[in-house]
Order: sequence, then structure tokens, then C-alpha cells
Amino acid sequence: MSDPHHTADGHHEIELPHASMRDYVIGFALSVILTAIPFWLVMERPLSDGATAAIIMVFAAVQIVVHMVFFLHMNPKSEGGWSITSLAFTIIIVVIMLAGSLWVMHHLNTNMMPPAHDVSQLP
Amino acid sequence: MSAKTITAADEPVQFYDLDEHPHPEGHSTMLGFWIYLMSDCLIFAILFACFAVLGGNYAAGPAPKDLFDLPLVALNTAMLLFSSITYGFAVLQMQMGKVRGVQLWLAITGLFGLAFLGIELYEFHHLIEIGATPQRSAFLSAFFTLVGTHGLHVTFGIIWLVVLTIQLGKHGLIAANKRRVMCLSMFWHFLDVVWIGVFTIVYLMGVLR
Amino acid sequence: MTPHPAPETGPFLGKLSLEALPIHEPILVVTFIAVVIGGLAVLGAITKYRLWGYLWTEWFTTVDHKRIGIMYMILGLVMFLRGFADAIMMRLQQVMAFNGSEGYLTPHHYDQVFTAHGVIMIFFVAMPFITGLMNYIVPLQIGARDVSFPFLNNFSFWMTTSGAVLTMVSLFVGEYAQTGWLAYPPLSGIAYSPNVGVDYYIWGLQIAGVGTTLSGINLIVTILKLRAPGMGLMKMPVFTWTSLCSNILIVASFPILTATLVLLSLDRYAGTNFFTNDLGGSPMMYVNLIWIWGHPEVYILILPLFGVFSEVTSTFSGKKLFGYTSMVYATVCITILSYIVWLHHFFTMGSGASVNSFFGITTMVISIPTGAKLFNWLFTMYRGRIRFELPMMWTIAFMLTFVVGGMTGVLLAVPPADFVLHNSLFLIAHFHNVIIGGVLFGLFAAINYWWPKAFGFKLDVFWGKISFWCWVVGFWLAFMPLYILGLMGVTRRMRVFDDPSLQIWFAIAAIGAAVIACGIAAMLIQFGVSIWRRKELRDESGDPWEGRTLEWATSSPPPDYNFAFTPKIHALDAWYDMKKRGHQRPVGGFRDIHMPSNTGAGVILAGFCLVMGFALVWHIWWLVIASFVATVAYAIFHTFNYKRDFDIPAATVAAVEDARTRQLATGA
Repeated sequence: MSDPHHTADGHHEIELPHASMRDYVIGFALSVILTAIPFWLVMERPLSDGATAAIIMVFAAVQIVVHMVFFLHMNPKSEGGWSITSLAFTIIIVVIMLAGSLWVMHHLNTNMMPPAHDVSQLP
Repeated sequence: MSAKTITAADEPVQFYDLDEHPHPEGHSTMLGFWIYLMSDCLIFAILFACFAVLGGNYAAGPAPKDLFDLPLVALNTAMLLFSSITYGFAVLQMQMGKVRGVQLWLAITGLFGLAFLGIELYEFHHLIEIGATPQRSAFLSAFFTLVGTHGLHVTFGIIWLVVLTIQLGKHGLIAANKRRVMCLSMFWHFLDVVWIGVFTIVYLMGVLR
Repeated sequence: MTPHPAPETGPFLGKLSLEALPIHEPILVVTFIAVVIGGLAVLGAITKYRLWGYLWTEWFTTVDHKRIGIMYMILGLVMFLRGFADAIMMRLQQVMAFNGSEGYLTPHHYDQVFTAHGVIMIFFVAMPFITGLMNYIVPLQIGARDVSFPFLNNFSFWMTTSGAVLTMVSLFVGEYAQTGWLAYPPLSGIAYSPNVGVDYYIWGLQIAGVGTTLSGINLIVTILKLRAPGMGLMKMPVFTWTSLCSNILIVASFPILTATLVLLSLDRYAGTNFFTNDLGGSPMMYVNLIWIWGHPEVYILILPLFGVFSEVTSTFSGKKLFGYTSMVYATVCITILSYIVWLHHFFTMGSGASVNSFFGITTMVISIPTGAKLFNWLFTMYRGRIRFELPMMWTIAFMLTFVVGGMTGVLLAVPPADFVLHNSLFLIAHFHNVIIGGVLFGLFAAINYWWPKAFGFKLDVFWGKISFWCWVVGFWLAFMPLYILGLMGVTRRMRVFDDPSLQIWFAIAAIGAAVIACGIAAMLIQFGVSIWRRKELRDESGDPWEGRTLEWATSSPPPDYNFAFTPKIHALDAWYDMKKRGHQRPVGGFRDIHMPSNTGAGVILAGFCLVMGFALVWHIWWLVIASFVATVAYAIFHTFNYKRDFDIPAATVAAVEDARTRQLATGA
């Protein structure tokens, strides 16, 4: 719960998340690395396409977490735990919707569409 | 007069909060805005789902590798990432109570944001010029809508940024303005998070297909 | 009204011209005249009695959750009459159109009627009703003074109203969609629906959708942040729990509707290819997306009413609710499971055995928590001292009616069965069974239950019972024939029939609709008679039913600030606990109370959005831009207003509370 704390004049104020230079610098540095490597991998193609795809997806997920922790100051205690609970719920719903839609549409396209050579596929 | 009642155990039980501390102003704001961001996340999720399902439907038209200029996208990504850290500096200035510092870093953030939008508009213009319009295929419809919606959000963020800078000039770092800076912070970083998804799934994966 | 697409007439008026007025349709002309006469009468009365100032300051600009709740209920009631009129028109058409007769409605008109019926009943009747209930009751039940974002609450109401108004305008200017309430492409695309009907549909829902989503955020944060001290989550009333879950569903599903309708509008306005037949589009993707929203939507509608039934059953059985913990878990399970059943709405679209089986199983599983709830209600009643007041009567009618609808739902969950019954009248019967039996009966229970709290007098019982019996008998007469017709293979949305042996069933259904009409009339009479006899029906105690939850701790109606002192919570059924342990209501020591101020910004912003919606429908581009700029500019202007609160002085609080003290003393 955001504990109210008193300012000098006794006035209640909510507690805002605390930022630090250290957080931002670390977050920025990690983000640069996690962005540069995927771009390089796709532009230069030193690895197979499958491996490249897997790595850039993982890096994207990691970078999202980096942003959440270092820029958005996400922690399990903010807002009495409701920030992270609502985030977790949203992620679950998003995964269900994305995976579900891909699965359903793939089956629908296979069964119902005329033969197409450009049916979408995502690893 | 207090509302006490003696129970069997002879302990007074309070049924009314007679020394009430009302909720501080803006008590609900940060959570409310966060939940709004979660709903915005779902809008983007639908656009990503459409891109995932329809993104391979080129309709015998241009495909990602024919269209995407990865170095330009890398530059764009850098603009947005810089804008994220400059917003962070604005927040640090706010913690130190320096209004002018906040306004300065907000302005710089805005400039990076405008650079991002400028590059994106240039890219869109080029694509349309060569016939890769949103109407050409489902892939292009999905591409323009997903990337365009993100760009619209950035545009609204910049407008908000300008308004907030003015409000900081008028009222300084009062509690309400601090909350607004933090809300815009959440919004701005959220847009960068979405962009990570965009450059990965749309541009990088698109070229890999 | 010609079915041809309206040509662009020019830059000033877009597609709008005198052709848009349906002067060749006698039904619409008569309706229009009636609306004008009725409207002038209402506006005239308000002007004559000089009520505009009062309405503006006390109602339109209010940020009080109680008044906003009442306005939602009035909106729902008005739109219900429109939606029911559409139902009567359909019943009449279908019973007539046999033996060579085409009935009295053209296909063009009939298709609009069934589309409007569905859209209005779901979006502008059921949603406002439940939002109104939750708005009124939840802050009181958690011991709060208002919701977390009072201005946003007012804005949400007016956005919903704007959406409703835009939809109603389509009756007299232009036409409505002829696609069914979910507007599947390609029929709803620009190629096959080139006229304005689908655009009215889209913008009406988008505007209302913004209001609904914001309202969802508002109530979630209210419940999470503004509960009285001591009220942990597992001490919240069940209605608050179901409201929390319903609003979570709203926030987690309405964005999907918003995005999907945006894509449809891009196809229509910008020529994109999301859901077209060519250039890579996929109409099946629309169906998939719209039902990812659509299934959670039906749980949004029913969960609050499950909460109502819990409150009513325990109150009128004089017992605490059986199995509170399992009720909470069942509600949360339903919330999560509602996201993994959506494909059962299109088993027949061709996704194959593996996909259909998965969703068939999940659909059957989701019926289990609802069954658990039903048993909990029955066990609550068991060995209770049951009082058959109207709310309890409606609850029992719900139990008997809804269960049948639920069972037909489980039947439909079996894909091979659904292959036969999809889009038949069996389906229509099923969902009306659960919506009327569940949502509507629940609303009537809630209205009879909480009306005394909102207005200080009970509803007349005699007319309430007439309404009750007409509804129950009418419902069964109107919808059981549809199950039979569906099993015989009759498709939904049919305008004309070849097989004369079916007519008898439609005749019974039409009689049922007429009996329901009597039930509605009786309910309106009940409201009127109750207001007329309000002195005799007055309740001074604030707690006419021996309630168990905090809303009954206040006067009826509650003061603006709800509670002079925030209650401290020690147990579930907090008010019952307070009464049992001899709480003493404070009669002095009052303090200033901080409250939010009224504002006209909600009305103004929603008004601009209404104009923008109309301009978008008719392609009046200069007006689209102007109203959009006005909306954004006014919203920014509003953010420059930092002074949005005021204090109710302690003396005022004392005066109100002293009056309450005297009221309680005379009653005692």
C-alpha cells in the first residue's frame, strides 16, 4: 500500500516510486546491448534463421523486463502488490489471446482457405 | 462521544474511525493509470495478433525484406531509447525539486520523440511512394496500423509533455504535478516497451521470414 | 429508405442529404411523430417547472456515484423500452410471415430491427443497468465516500449516453446496420454495406466503449484502494467481489472490442484489408477477435447479478451466506476461465476436431463454478427463515429459469450438437434464457431490493407481483417454443417461413411476448404507484430488510458523503456484525468532509464526441476535425483546473446527522 507520509507542514502526500541515476544508467546500458545484438544478428546473419529468431525473441523479453525494473521501477510491493498482479494477469491474457488466435487461425486457414503459400507462421 | 461497546471479553471495540485520516490526495492515481496502461497493452496485443496472423499475407505484393530499412529502424529505436533515459533524468530533477531541470529534460525528451516521429513519417512516406500502401495487402494494413498506432501514442505523449511543461511553469512541483510527471513517465516507458515488441516482431522477424 | 449507398453530396455535408430522412417508411414516420410529441412534452414540462438549472447542477454535472448510478438506471430503462419494441416487431413479423405472406417488414427494415435489438439490449440496457448498480452500491458496501475518480465516473456516464443517442439518431437520420449485433465482415465491410448503418454501429459502440472501459478502471481501483479499515478482501461483501471481477473482465476485454472495431472502420474508411475477401484479408480473424471480447462480455453481464443473488438470498433467509470462500473462488475461476472458451461461438467455422474439442471441454468446465454457486444459494436457504419479498421471488425465479438456460448451454458446448444447433432458434432460446433468467431477473431483484435505499420508500408489492408473474409466465411462453423450433432446424434471423406447421410455435411465442409486455407495463405502473404512495411506503430506518452489509448502515437515501465517520470493519457481513455487537452511532464530534466538486466537463466532452461520431458516420470531414480538436482542446483545458474539491463543513454534517438521529428515534 502506498503509505502516506507527512511533509513538513503535516500534509499527507502519496509516496512516489523512487528513481536513481544508477537505475537509469544500468537500464540504458542493458537496453543498448539488448537492442544492438539482435539488430546485428539480423543484419549480418552469422547464425541460422531459426537460432536468430529464438535469440531475438528472448532478448526482447529480457529487455522488456529491464525496462520494467529499471525504468518503470516495478517491484512486487508497489501499490500493495497490485501493480505486479495486474501486470501478471495482463501478460497471461495477452499470451492466451496471441497463442489462441495463432492456433485457431492456423487451423482455420488450413481447413478453410484455398491453398496459400503465404499463410503466416511465427515460431 | 466515542462509539465503544463493551464485549463479553470487556474489550472496547471501535466500529467507527473517529480519528479519520482521509486518503491523501491522488491516492488512487498511480494504480488507476497503471491499470489504464494494462488496457492499452491489450489494444496493442490485438494489433500484434493481427500482425502475427495476417503478416504473411503479402497478396503478391512487397514483403518485409523488400521494404524495411533496418539501419533506419535502428536509428529510430535509438531515438526512443534516448528519450527514455532523458525522461529518467527529468524524474531525477523532480526528486531534487528543480522545476527548471524537469522542464529542460522534458523538452529534450520531446525533441527525441519528435525525431522518432519524423523518421517514422519519412519511412511511411517512402513506402507509400513506392506503392507499398496500407491498402496494398493485409500485411501492409497490419504493419501501418500497428506501427502507426504506436506513433499516434507517441504523438499524444508529446502533446501531454508540452502541456505538462506549461503546467510546471505555472504551478511548479506541487503534488498534483508530480503525480502527472510520474504518470507520463509510466506512459512514456510503456511506449518504449511496446516498441521493443514492434522492432523485434515486425522489423527483425519480418526480415527473417 | 433506399438501400443504395448515399453519395457524397459535397464537402460541407458529406453524405448527408434530405434523402437520409425515412419519409417513405410509415412505421418510422409514426415513431418519429410520437418521439417528437413525447420529447416536446418532457422538455416543455422541464421548462415550465423551471427545472433546467436544478437538473444541470444536481444531476448532469454531478460526480456523486449515487446520482450517476441512478442516471445509468434511467438510461437503461429508456433504452430497454426501445429494445423491447424491436422485439415485439420481430415477434409480430415472424408470426405473420407464413402461407405466402411477407409480413409487414421489408428485409431491409427487418435486418435493422434484429441488429438494433441485440446491440441496444447488450450495450445500452444490460451494461448501463449493471454499471448503475455497481456504481450506486459498491462504494457504500466498502464504506467509502465515492469512487476513486469521480469526474471520470461522470464522463463515463455521458459517453455511454452519447453512444446511445447516436444509435437512436440512426432511426430517423439514415439507417442502422443490417448485419446482426456483431457485424461480421465481409457483410459489414464497405463493399457489402456501403451505406451509413454499420458506421452508426461502429461509432456508437466506440464512444460507449470508452465510457465503459474507464468505468471499469474506476471501480477496480475503488475496490482495491478505498475499502474501509479492516475490510480485507475476504471480508468484502459478495456483490463487491463479483463487481470487482466483472470490472476486471471489462478492462481486460473492452480494449479488444475497441481495437477490432478500429480495424473494421479502417477497412471501411481507408480501404485497408484486415477483413476483406481479397488482398490477404481474413474475415475469420474478425470472428475470432470479436468473440475473444464477446465471451468475457456475457460474464461481465452476469457476475454482478450473481452477487445480487448472494446478497438477497442471505438477507431474506436470515442467514449468512453458505460457503463465502467457495463463492469467491468460483467467481475468480469464472473470470479466468471466461478467456479460454470463446471459440464455442464458432465451432462451425471449420477449425477442426482438436481445436473444437479443447474449447468444448473448457466450455463445459466453466459451468462447474456456476453450479457451485447455485448449491451455495440453496444451502443458504436451507434451514433459513425465508421471507418471500419481491427480491427473493425474483431470485427463486432466476434459479429455476437460469438453470435450464445453463443446461442448454452445456448441450451447445458439445461440438457435434452445436453443428446442428448453431445459429438456430435453439441458440436464441438459450441465450435469452440465461440473459433474461439471469441478468434481467437479477436486475429486477436488485431494483426491488435497493430501491428503498436509493429513494427512502419501498416499491409497491401488488404491482410488483403482477409484473413478476407476467414476466415469468411470459418468458416461458415466449422462449420455450424457440427451443422446439431450433431442434426442428429453424434458423435465426429469418423473416419469412415456408413451412406452415411452424406457425403455431411462433404464435405461442408472440403471446408470450405480449404477456411480457404486460409485465413491463406492470413494472412501470409499480414505479408510478410507488412514487404516488411514497409516504405510506416510506422507510425511516434505512434498513428495511434487516440487511447484513454496510449500505444498510446509512439513511435512505444516504447523505452526500455516505458516512459521517468511516466504519471500522471486524467481520464479514459488517453491518450485521455491528448490529449484533451493539454499535453506537456517533452523534457528535463531526469533522469537515472533503468531497469532489461537480463539473460540466463530462457533458461537454461527451457532447463533442457525439458530434464527432455523427460527423464520422456522414463523412463530414471538416466537422470531424473540428469536433476532435474541440474534444482534445477542452480536455487539455480541463487539466488546467486544479481546484476540484471542496469541504462540507462540520456544521453541515452535524445538521444532517442530527436529523438522522431524530429520524431513528421516531422509528425506534
